[in-house]
Amino acid sequence: MRVLLFLLQKEFRQIFRDTSILRIIFLMPVMQLLVLPWAADYEMKNINISVVDHDHSPYSRQLISKITASGYFILQDYTSSYNQSLVDIEKDKADLILEIPFSFEKNLVKESESKLFVAVNAINGVKANLGGAYLSTIIQDFNRQVRLQWIQLPRYNAELNIEVVSSNWYNPQMNYKYFMVPGILVILVTMVGSFLASLNIVKEKEIGTIEQINVTPIKKYQFILGKLIPFWILGLLVLAIGLGISRLFYGIIPAGSLFVIYGFAAVYLLAVLGLGLLISTYTSTQQQAILISFFLMMIFILLGGLYTSIDSMPQWAQMITKANPVSYFIEVMRMVVLKGSGFADIKNQLLIVFGFAILLNGWAVISYRKRY
Amino acid sequence: MVEYSIKKSMRQFFSFVKKEFYHILRDKRTMLILLGMPIAQIIIFGFALTNEVKNSKIAVLDNSKDVATTAIIREINASRYFDIEKNLVDYKNIETEFKSGKIRMVVIFSQHFNEDLHHFNKAQVQLIADASDPNVANTLTNYATAIIMNYQEQITNERKLPYSIHTEIRMLYNPELKGAYSFVPGVMAMVLMLVCTMMTAITIVREKETGTMEVLLVSPVQPLKIVIAKAIPYLLLSMVNIMSILLLSVFVLDVPINGSLMLLIAVSILFTLTSLALGLLISSVTYSQQTAMFVALVGLFLPTVMLSGFMFPIENMPWPLRIISNVVPAKWFYTIVKSVMIKGVGFSMIWKEVLVLTGMMFFFLVLSIKKFKIRLA
Repeated sequence: MRVLLFLLQKEFRQIFRDTSILRIIFLMPVMQLLVLPWAADYEMKNINISVVDHDHSPYSRQLISKITASGYFILQDYTSSYNQSLVDIEKDKADLILEIPFSFEKNLVKESESKLFVAVNAINGVKANLGGAYLSTIIQDFNRQVRLQWIQLPRYNAELNIEVVSSNWYNPQMNYKYFMVPGILVILVTMVGSFLASLNIVKEKEIGTIEQINVTPIKKYQFILGKLIPFWILGLLVLAIGLGISRLFYGIIPAGSLFVIYGFAAVYLLAVLGLGLLISTYTSTQQQAILISFFLMMIFILLGGLYTSIDSMPQWAQMITKANPVSYFIEVMRMVVLKGSGFADIKNQLLIVFGFAILLNGWAVISYRKRY
Repeated sequence: MVEYSIKKSMRQFFSFVKKEFYHILRDKRTMLILLGMPIAQIIIFGFALTNEVKNSKIAVLDNSKDVATTAIIREINASRYFDIEKNLVDYKNIETEFKSGKIRMVVIFSQHFNEDLHHFNKAQVQLIADASDPNVANTLTNYATAIIMNYQEQITNERKLPYSIHTEIRMLYNPELKGAYSFVPGVMAMVLMLVCTMMTAITIVREKETGTMEVLLVSPVQPLKIVIAKAIPYLLLSMVNIMSILLLSVFVLDVPINGSLMLLIAVSILFTLTSLALGLLISSVTYSQQTAMFVALVGLFLPTVMLSGFMFPIENMPWPLRIISNVVPAKWFYTIVKSVMIKGVGFSMIWKEVLVLTGMMFFFLVLSIKKFKIRLA
């Protein structure tokens, strides 16, 4: 026990001596939490539209002003041919082209039928789909207005009408930040934990100071615990700061209890640190350690369900996410923060992450050798 | 005499480049990761990473069970966006289904749906989405509404309406709406940026940390050459990576290269150079590998992912972020790759972006040379 305390003292001194690292450990997460959640907004607005109006009729003008008044679309350009509008798309000035053909109004009135052409830049499929859907809704609405001008209103609505009423639970204002902030918090805690832990032992190897420790009577588990505990504490501290920021700046107050979050985070950090230790026992330079942990982190984070929904991934990728501790923490964070889930709801995730912690740390202790 | 000294300095320079190559080649593990990582990433992300929403598990609460509701439910189940997991019988079950976290949306039909629809011309469907993920909730609601509206149109068409406008929608460039079209350029930007920036930053700082920098600095070679010699192997390595990414995206992911291949490679090299210059800058202001890595990774990874426009559309962001995003080199490269690779446009459409990237490169270079210290602390 005394040995461990001395080791801890050594580690903490090392950490606090290098203030540049400390600054980065705390400043980076704070900065990113303050900036990035604002970026992650999927609600489509400001869709740029380029209109080709061959008709120049009162109706075509009405339609255009209805589209621009909707708030979703910005009339970026008003051209006289489709090809000119296509250039707008090629230049990324417009996302969408609306082409109003000759005699649009005449056909509508005389032949009771008329056509409109819409072309969407579909490189980003989701965006294209939504943009097209918004525009169709507006056109349908316009259509209804026109119809009302020409047909005598019947006693009751002649049109069949299925009314779709939608409601959004747990986040009725559809605030994307409520969804992103807990997720980003997880990533930051993970990065701080795993990178620092994996670099730490390797650094001693690379500089050669590990030899000095190896010739002392310090036991393997003491050495590893001595490396683990400081970063475990730092990780929890970063989490506390992050939760403070999300409350202060985003007004996010977890619906569930903080106790559940911290309980899970404590176990989770053990798993992440174990991964870091494991990487460090298998590598000999900091460069290698960085690359491997970066590679793993990138996969963990991008396949963790932070940005894209796990349900939409193909089967094999969903299998990978089962072996991804990050995805469990993101899931739990969101459940606790947004839905107020308790220990009973998250016990599966907790057990799995606990399993990870034991497996990774056990492996790290076994594979760490005092000789080279 | 002058010619001789130029020759000599060139020889010196190349021997340094050779030294750096040996450093990299000797470390097989690092080599393997550096070359294998982009391949693994492009495959994983090309297939797995999609912001499309599909196969979402939903539940149905059908209080009517008539022709119309069965038809709509069949349509919903047949679409690739939805998998109907459960048929609920009671409103009370909705809450428990959501809490367990599996079901994303519940579709509720009121009683006498078909009767209401045909007698009163009006019937109601209720959609309840789990909006803890607002993006998915929004998209699912939209998709379901579209399917229901489609059904409505089908039965309305049987009694043709006067004064109809038909809208024809065409999807340009990516008619199947594949996710890979927007992710391949993004992953390319991400991989190149991070590999180049991080690796150059770390190798230089490593010499500082292990003390070998002193040895290099007292040698007769100019410091600038030392630094450039360090960057050259990574430039070559990145070119191999560019090739493998392009080959994979064409032959495995079916993402076409519609524009000029030479132009695409040229801008990729330009972007690689920019990233290398940024790496040099980071290395000249940091003193330990840990700090350098942290700045390169934590400072660049998240901003590159989030502000380059490939995960989240930039035009949706609040204006301060739209301005900040201009500082992210990956944003410009992403725009260029999208234009050249998928839209197939030529240089005349992207010269502005190329100019910005070139400017950034020189800015980073000049700054890092200015900050480069010959004497160590």
